[in-house]
Formats: sequence, structure tokens, C-alpha cells
Amino acid sequence: MNRILAASLLGLSLATSSLAHAEPVKIGVITTLSGGGAGLGIDMRDAFTLAIKQSGNKDVELVIEDDAQKPELAVQIAEKMIQGDKVDLMTGIIWSNLAMAVVPNTVAQDVIYLSPNAGPSALAGANCNPNYFNVAYQNDNFHEAMGQYANKDYKNAFILAPNYPAGKDALTGFKRYYKGALSGEIYTQVGQTDYAAEIAQIRASGADSVYFFLPGGMGIAFMKQYAQSGVNIPVMGPGFSFSQDVLPAIGDAALGVKNSATWSKDLDNEANKQFVEAFKAEYKRLPSIYAAQSWDTANLILAALSKASVKDKDAFRTALKAADFKSVRGEFAFNNNNHPIQNIYVREVVKEADGVLTNKIIATAFEDHKDAYAEKCSM
Amino acid sequence: MFTALLIEQLLNGLQLGLMLFLMAAGLTLIFGVMGLINLAHGSLYMIGAFACATVAAATGSFWIGLIASLTAAAGVGAIIEVAVIRRLYDRDHLDQVLATFALILILSEGSRWLFGSFPLYLDIPPVLQGAVPLPGGGQYQLYRLAIIGVGIAVAAGLYMLISKTRLGMRIRAGESDREMIGALGVDIGTLYTVVFALGAALAGLAGALVGALQSVQVGMGEPVLILAFVVIVIGGIGSIKGALVGAVIVGVVDTMGRFLLPSLLALTMPASQATTIGAALASMLIYVVMALILAFRPSGLFAAQS
Amino acid sequence: MNRETTINLLLAALLLGAPLLATAIGEPFYVTLATRVAVLALAAVGLNFALGLGGLLSFGHAAFFGLGGYVAGIIATHAFNAEPLFAGIPATTSMPLIWVTAIVVAGIAALPIGAISLRTTGVYFIMITLAFAQMIYYFAISWPAYGGEDGLSMSMRNAFPGVNTAKPLPYFLICYAALIATLLFFRVVEGSRFGSALQAARQNGTRLAAVGIAPFNIRLVAFVVSAMITGFAGALYADLNRFVGPSMLSWHMSGELMVLIILGGKGRLFGPVAGAMIFVFLEYVLGGITERWQFFLGLILLGIVLFARGGLLGLLSGKPRHV
Repeated sequence: MNRILAASLLGLSLATSSLAHAEPVKIGVITTLSGGGAGLGIDMRDAFTLAIKQSGNKDVELVIEDDAQKPELAVQIAEKMIQGDKVDLMTGIIWSNLAMAVVPNTVAQDVIYLSPNAGPSALAGANCNPNYFNVAYQNDNFHEAMGQYANKDYKNAFILAPNYPAGKDALTGFKRYYKGALSGEIYTQVGQTDYAAEIAQIRASGADSVYFFLPGGMGIAFMKQYAQSGVNIPVMGPGFSFSQDVLPAIGDAALGVKNSATWSKDLDNEANKQFVEAFKAEYKRLPSIYAAQSWDTANLILAALSKASVKDKDAFRTALKAADFKSVRGEFAFNNNNHPIQNIYVREVVKEADGVLTNKIIATAFEDHKDAYAEKCSM
Repeated sequence: MFTALLIEQLLNGLQLGLMLFLMAAGLTLIFGVMGLINLAHGSLYMIGAFACATVAAATGSFWIGLIASLTAAAGVGAIIEVAVIRRLYDRDHLDQVLATFALILILSEGSRWLFGSFPLYLDIPPVLQGAVPLPGGGQYQLYRLAIIGVGIAVAAGLYMLISKTRLGMRIRAGESDREMIGALGVDIGTLYTVVFALGAALAGLAGALVGALQSVQVGMGEPVLILAFVVIVIGGIGSIKGALVGAVIVGVVDTMGRFLLPSLLALTMPASQATTIGAALASMLIYVVMALILAFRPSGLFAAQS
Repeated sequence: MNRETTINLLLAALLLGAPLLATAIGEPFYVTLATRVAVLALAAVGLNFALGLGGLLSFGHAAFFGLGGYVAGIIATHAFNAEPLFAGIPATTSMPLIWVTAIVVAGIAALPIGAISLRTTGVYFIMITLAFAQMIYYFAISWPAYGGEDGLSMSMRNAFPGVNTAKPLPYFLICYAALIATLLFFRVVEGSRFGSALQAARQNGTRLAAVGIAPFNIRLVAFVVSAMITGFAGALYADLNRFVGPSMLSWHMSGELMVLIILGGKGRLFGPVAGAMIFVFLEYVLGGITERWQFFLGLILLGIVLFARGGLLGLLSGKPRHV
């Protein structure tokens, strides 16, 4: 009798200890799954769910909701996830303006947020937060890299971006490293789709190169019209405008364009090969940079979960900060402001044997690059 | 050099304007004949672009795609007219706004369902690639000249249609007295469906033509919808001539504002400020022009007699 | 008490009861959702003042909603950074002061917009109000000082004397009280001489002019008051989300406010309240079921406008009192 009791007690204690080890973790994913910007959010979600699935970790529960690219809706969903679903972690937002609406209030409620894209400067400097981890990049990084690379060949660049904060950050980032002269600097309208007027100015400016930051449909329109206009001044852009989600829509107009990114399909490391294969096998398409960043975010979380309990915030934050995971971007570490220290590459758009447009790495613009705001962060 | 640039920018303004005219003509026709505010007109533009891109990708021919875009937009237009729009003619504008707002949601998400979430590819046809020289040493893209040509042709065609044909006579009759033409034995239901499909086809044509210049994606119709409304309000609702004049005004003012305002401001303030403030003012400019015109001519420039 | 009044009281009780129940069972998120209903309803009550009473179909009320929001956001940001607003005027975090400022600013903006727009009628009025809202929208996106397209994030809610506004329920009660007070004000105005003149101006402006009342002035006052109410709601909305951005000024927002009124039933006192309840409920429930939620939202909205003329209140309480 006693022995039976002892045995069952032992069984019970075993059961509880294994429960304690494998406690369920709830991750809230707010991303854009409807409307014109849905492609980015879908890549983000697909890579994230695939990484969780492949890990075989059955204790991770995902709560995924569509923000329709509306800040107010994203705020409402965040409140629901925190107060209603009681999520342990949050991630998923693609756009800077949505991140600015959601992140400050989320981290203030002691919920950890990991950004799989978007790194507004306002969250990287004096307002950095121990609960905010940016697994992607600080918004200026890609532009800084292209500015650095432009020094090699160009002395007189023409630069343009939309007239909003991310656009100004982009051109500031470019100018931070670019040493040559500027033959022109234009701020275009947000959502503008016709660039004939700007292209005419570029043609007339006598520039030796063009750098543009025009996310989404704006960039597709610009690249197509630029190629059609017959202006043959070389173009450079950030990797977003030449990512796998938009390349098919730009077509051959993108061939040969140099662009900067922290990741590329052909980046030579084991984790990346596995990722690209797994993503292609599951979804029958090539992953974009948003998928790569999201895959890293998921693996960072999984790695931290194997080291610490998500209920012990301090221990879990330390585990995240260690960034002890196999990044598809190769070397990856967090700076003091929880933003990445990573290489930034220059890629060129090429056509593969099967006719598919994609990118190939041709140079490294920065090694172990840190963002410009980290020193203002007191962490 | 500056003169050449100026001529090129004026042509750009004209081209933007005539593209807007294709959108605005349908919108103003539908409003003039049926008294309907159609917010979903931008969705028909999007459908035209999607149809053209899909068919052009499958057949390799832009021209077959163009026919597909006209057919698809007119077809969808006719379907929604019969299923939804005709129940709205005797409602007030508020109900029309809500119903066509709902149609935007349905058509946008429906297109995403059918065509996927990633932008589609559509390029200009090989015949129209390249540029022609301009007086003064500049050059201008052939395809954009073709859009100007199509816009003028459509304007002329609509003029002929409305003033010279039997259908046009009925349309004019429908504008001035709805009950009367019904009493005279004209099948008003069919007339309305035809007019709506015609307007939709024009929007689809605009979408296909512009799709070759821009990104073919969900939501592409909304910015152009708002501009088309500005155009018809400036021109006078219901007037094709007004739509043409309004479209050219909006196209030229918008293009020249973007081009000239930053440099004009640079005369009075530091260049870095001038570029951002100039861009901010340029984006507001057409709305300022619209408010000014309406303040002095509350029914637009060429108000149809109502 | 007629049927519509009974239904109105039931709606008011439902909107108050649901968050109390949610708090009791420990589901604070539903309180936040109810607060959203109350604030959007208040904004639509503002629009209803122009639209329902005066027949003024403004497609630009997002301008006033956003302005109110930006007033709250800007003052709070200055207060947080301990900077004076301008000309040495100190910033504040006191909600009542911020509300008054938001109401005044919305009113001042509405005066010239109304004075120009009211020269036009019909579709022209719809479009010129849209044009003014678009001007302010583009200005907000491209003006760098207060965040541009990124908007302004507020680090905490503003303060109301004696109330902990950070908690969901007290903040809901503030918004609910604001809504009920405004509805009472609406009712009083509707029955007043001014209200009768406004409704007369809607039905027949010429006749009103014949008895010596200028319809233009009456309409302008209605437009300005309407903008003030919507501006007030904007300030509450900013505090609810602790965020304000240009999307509050976009034409989608103007459209949504119209949708709320039609969903609930136009020309009815509680139309905006019923409309906001349905809209927020649909958005929340459908959004949780499928990522294609906008498609189904569109279908449902279309069904309501085609087959349920007079909106929810029209279905429930029969013929409207006017329209």
C-alpha cells in the first residue's frame, strides 16, 4: 500500500516536473495579412510557423491576428493579446508606424516584444527598453551600407525617398556614410505611383548614380518607370525593394541593380541552407528577407526557451540577449540596445538558370555593424 | 536645358491628366446618368490591371491582356450593377457611399483571394518601348505618348457617342429626365447596365494601361479613385468636357507642383527644409486648387444643368 | 415611452453592463473593446449632428477626429518632455483642459472649412469636405515635428482628477459619461428652436429663408458644433490607444464614421451607438475567425444597406421619426 502510494507520488512528482519543464508558452503574432501589404506579413507568418513546427516543440501556442496595416487596429489587437489571451511574448509587426503605435505600450506592461522587421530610430536610442528586442535591423542600417558602398564608385549621387519619417531616416542613413556630392535630393509623396517628373529631374541632374528608398508598390513603380525611361544612370536601393516578394513584379528592369541587405538566399552557412530548402519545400516559393528575419526570430525564441522559463522575465531576457541560436545571417549578436550587431552585404539582382530573378552577394559593406543610436541607450 | 525639362514635365502632367480622365469619364457618366456615387470605381480599375497582367503573363501578349482587361472590368461592372447597384439608384448618397464602400472591401479581398498577395508583373508592349526626341534636346517615352493618344481618342469617342448616336441620345435623355424616357418605352434598366459597364470598361482600360507602368497590386485603385473624384468635382459632375478639363488641370498642377515647389521654396529658405516642406505643400496642392475652384464656382467649371 | 426609447435605454444599459460584467469575471480586454465602441459612437454622434439633423453629408469628419487626437497627443508629449507648448504656455496632462482645447481647435478648423464647403450642396459638399480632410491628412504625414506618418506614441494616459485613468474600467466610465452627456445634449438641441430651424433648413431652405432665418448660418453653426463633438471624441480616442497617427485623418476613417451611422440607423439618436456596437463586434469576431475578414465584413455591410433599410434601429423599432 505504502509502496503503491510512494510510487504514485513519485509518478506525480515526475509528471509535475516534466510539466514544469515543458510549460506552455503563448506567443502573440500581430502582422499584416490583408490589403496591399499582405505579402510581407504572410512571408513573416509562414516562416515563423514553419520554424516552430520544425522544432517539434509542442508547448508553443501561437495567437496570430491580422492588423490590416492599421495602427489603431494593431493597438487593439495588442491589448487583446495582453489582457485577454495573456500572451508571454509578442512579435510580428512589419511596419514602423504600427510598431511605434504598439511597442512602447506593450513593453511598458512588461511584455517582451521581438521585432521581426522595422526598427524605428525612436526605439533604438534614449527610449530603448529591456523588453524590446529587434531581431531584424535598425531602420538606417541598409541605407548606411549602401552609402558606404557607393563611395567606391560614385561621386555625385541623386537620392530620393517618400516624405515621411522612415524616408528621412533612410536618406540621413545614406548620407551618414556617403562621402561624395549630391546632385539632387527629392522627397516624394507617400503612396505616389507615377515618377515621371522625378525621373526627368534625375536625367537632367547630371548625377552619376541614383539611390532610392521607396517601399512596396512605390518601389516597383519607380523601378519599372526608370527602366522604361531609358535613363542609364546606375541605380542602388535597399534590399527591401529587391526582395523576393517584389522581384517578380519588377521583372528584368531590376537586373544588375545593387542593393544592400543583411541576408541573401545564397549566404553560405548551414542554417541558411536548411531554411531556404525547408521554406521552398513547404510553400513552393523562395523566401524573402522578411521570412528570413522571422525565421531567426522564431529560432531565437526557441533557443531562449530551452535555457530559461518565460515566466522568469529576468532570466528569459538574459537568455534572449545571449542570442545563442543559429542565425541564417551567420554571426548575430545583440548590442547594448538590443539591436543586432551583424554584417551587411551588397547584393546584385541576377537571373538564375530557370529564369527566376533573385539576388547574389557581391560584397560586404560592413562587418559586425552597429547602429548609430546605441550610444544614446543607457542599457 | 531647363526648357526641355519644362516641356517634358508638362507632357508628364498631361499624361497623368489623361490617365485620370479615363477614370473620371466613367465616374462622371455614371453620376450624370444614374445619380450614383460609386466608390468602387477604383476596384474596377484594379480588376482591369489584374486581368491584363494575368492574361498577358499567360499568353505573352499585352494586347490580348488589354482586351481581357476591358472584358473583365465591363463584365464585373455589369454583374455588380445588376446584383447591387441598381437597388441604390433611388437611395440617398449616404446609402450609396456605404454600399460601394462595402464593394471595395469585397472586391479587394476577393482579388487577393484569386490572384494572391504578391504584386503581379506587367510590362509595356515591345512596340511601344523606347522614346521619341522632343524639341529642345529632350526626349519623351513612347508609351506615355500613347497614353496621351488613348486619352484623347476616348474623349473624342465619348463625344461622338453621346452627341451622335442613339445610345448617346438616350443617355442625354436619361440625364435630363428619367421618367420621361421610361415612359417613351426605352428599357431604362438595360440602358443603366450598359452605361455602368461602359464606365467600368474605361476604368479597366486605365488600370491596364497604368498597370504596365506601376505595381499591379491590391489597393492600387484607391489613390486614383480620390484623384478621379477631385477631377469630376472640379470639372462639374456629369460633364465629360468638365472631366477632361479637370483631369488636365489636376495632372498638370500635381506634376508641376512636385517639380517646381521645392526649387521655388529653396529661394527663400535652406535647401534641406525646402525639399521637405516643398514636398508637403505639393501633396496638398491639388486639394487646395479644388477648394479654391469650388469656393468660387460651387458646381465646378462646367456644371451640367441640374 | 415608445419602442425606440425603450431600445435606446436597453442599448445604453448594455454598453454599460457589458464592461462591468467583464471586469467582474476578470476579462479586462472587453472593457477596452467597449471603450472603443463608446468613443467611436461619440465621434459618429458628432457627425450625426450635421448629417442626421442638418442633412450635411460630410465626408471629411476624420479631419476633426484626427485634430482632436493630435491635440491630445501633442499636449501630452510636451507635458511629458516638460516643454511649454508655445509662447510659454505650459503643457498639461489634465484631461478636462485637453478636451476643451481639442473641442476649441476642432471648432476653429471647422469654421472656415464649413464656411467654404457650405457654399456647395449635394455631391459637391461631400467631395469638398473630403478635399479639406485630405489636405490635413497629407500635411500630417509629411510634417516632421510630430512624428509624420509614424504618429505620436503617448507614454501614459492623461489624468482625470480623482480617477485612475490607466485602468480600463475607470477610463471606460469617463468615455461612457461623455457619450451619454453628448446624447442628452443632442436630444435637447434637437427639440430646441435651433434644432427645428436646422431640420427645416434640411427639408426646405427657401421656406426657412422666407421666414427670415438664414439657412447658411444655421448650417454653419451645426457643422461647427458637429466638428467639436467629433474632435472631443478624437481626444478620447488618442488617450484610449495612447497613440495618435495620420490614419485617424484618412478618408477611410471618414467613411467608417458614415458607416456607423447607417449601420445603426440614420436620423436616430442612438443610431451611432448601435452602429458602433455592430461594427466593432463584427471587426473583432470576424478578425478572430479568418484573415479574409474584410471580405465578409463587406458582404455583411452590403447586406445591411440593401436589405435592412434604416439600419439596426430601423429593424428593431419600425419607422423612423424623420428622414
